[in-house]
Amino acid sequence: MQYLISVIDDRTGSATADEMEAIDAFNEQLIADGHWVFAGGLSAPSDATVIDGRGEGTPLFTDGPFLESKEYMAGFWVFEAPDLDVALKLAAAASKACNRRLEVRPFL
Amino acid sequence: MNDIQEAITRAHRGEWARVVASLTKRFGDLDIAEEAAAEAFATAVERWPEDGVPPNPGAWLTTTANRKAIDRIRREAKRDDKQKEAQMSYGEPPEPLGVIDDERLRLIFTCCHPALGMETRVALTLRMVGGLTVPEIARAFLVQETAMGQRITRAKAKIKAARIPYRVPSSEDLPSRVSGVLAVLFLVFNEGYLATGADTDPVRHELTAEAIRLTRLIRALLPDDGEVAGLLALMLLTEARGTARVSRTGELVSLDEQDRGAWDTAMIAEGHQLVRERLATRIPPGRYQILAAINAVHTSARDVRDTDWSQVVALYDQLARIDRSPIVALNRAIAVAELDGPDVALAIVDGLGDKLSGYHAYHATRADLLRRLGRSAESRAAYDEAIELAANTAETAYLTRRRNQLA
Repeated sequence: MQYLISVIDDRTGSATADEMEAIDAFNEQLIADGHWVFAGGLSAPSDATVIDGRGEGTPLFTDGPFLESKEYMAGFWVFEAPDLDVALKLAAAASKACNRRLEVRPFL
Repeated sequence: MNDIQEAITRAHRGEWARVVASLTKRFGDLDIAEEAAAEAFATAVERWPEDGVPPNPGAWLTTTANRKAIDRIRREAKRDDKQKEAQMSYGEPPEPLGVIDDERLRLIFTCCHPALGMETRVALTLRMVGGLTVPEIARAFLVQETAMGQRITRAKAKIKAARIPYRVPSSEDLPSRVSGVLAVLFLVFNEGYLATGADTDPVRHELTAEAIRLTRLIRALLPDDGEVAGLLALMLLTEARGTARVSRTGELVSLDEQDRGAWDTAMIAEGHQLVRERLATRIPPGRYQILAAINAVHTSARDVRDTDWSQVVALYDQLARIDRSPIVALNRAIAVAELDGPDVALAIVDGLGDKLSGYHAYHATRADLLRRLGRSAESRAAYDEAIELAANTAETAYLTRRRNQLA
């Protein structure tokens, strides 16, 4: 079972050196314990492009994110975990490491 | 009620959670478990009057529910989802009754999982463990039936999709998870004890009784947990005064005015026994145990004048050390008024105004203290504020009378 853990922030690339260190240590543990799938930071929503290729003809490109909000996903992890209790425990440690709020969502 | 109906009611109370729990374990799906359990009880309602009550109603219901679940999965498997067929083959046969007490505990912990909203936990526990119908739960919490149905459906979907595990938490997580379960049960009890809403009965015994029943269940399963015992004692000592708490005209009767002869002595005895049992362990008590001890002091006095107020204040001091909430401080002040006088209490209460100005009991307490100090005009204003904020019909009636009695 995989879970997407979104890092909620109102800025991107805002992690301090201490936070980066804590995140690295957390990630190493995640890999050692077999929960690591993938993780990454994301650039600002203003760098996003929304694509609509549903209709006939040329796809439509729109500058900016699909929804405007004060807070957004600044980065993410994908955890491998047997159930939500394990995912929540890992996410709690992740939240402490990166010093941000997180959202946990299961993959279908 | 005839014998058959009584047997069905009793089976529903006693066996519902067991049936749901054993099916959840077998089929790994709350939806299937709940619907099959409901179908089995519906079948009992049809069949028992004709065939008689089976010798072991619990086993009959579990077997019937199992068959219903398999039928349901077959129907669904034929329609669309072939995978479901596979799920049936690894299901173990139903376990004998008695072994599955632990299953009900798993069910309670699943329904009270911290990833679910508090209101959802309450609703789901009442449905899956308590066996209340969706309309009953909706009525109890004054929401639309469809909204309550959706809330429960969403919760079950989340449990499945997010894979909320069906198990008793590890010993490391158990204390924090039990406290969440107790909070759910205390909410259910309080809603019954001081029901909110203009059109509801002031006391909803079906909710208080359900909360006590479920707490007894947790107690049977976790006999060494002090806070479980404490909460059960607290509920019993509160419920024991239930009939004396509301007058025939639907007015709240305060503790000092209650007919103590109308208190339920058996419940009080059981509550006292639990409190003594916890005291004997010498383990520092938690919130529910201290609240139970306070209620034990109140219910020990045969006359309000015999109340050991210094003991009550000492217990509130103890409570205030572990729970700094202004509501605890307010309740402590009420006891202080009896021990040190209303002027001392009023000084404490006035200091809580910033935090409690939206809470009816704050104004009601001030009103009473001001009345006792002979400050009628201020008292009247405080009663008015309390009446404005009170949501319980019996309480509103009580406050109105007290206001109107002011000189």
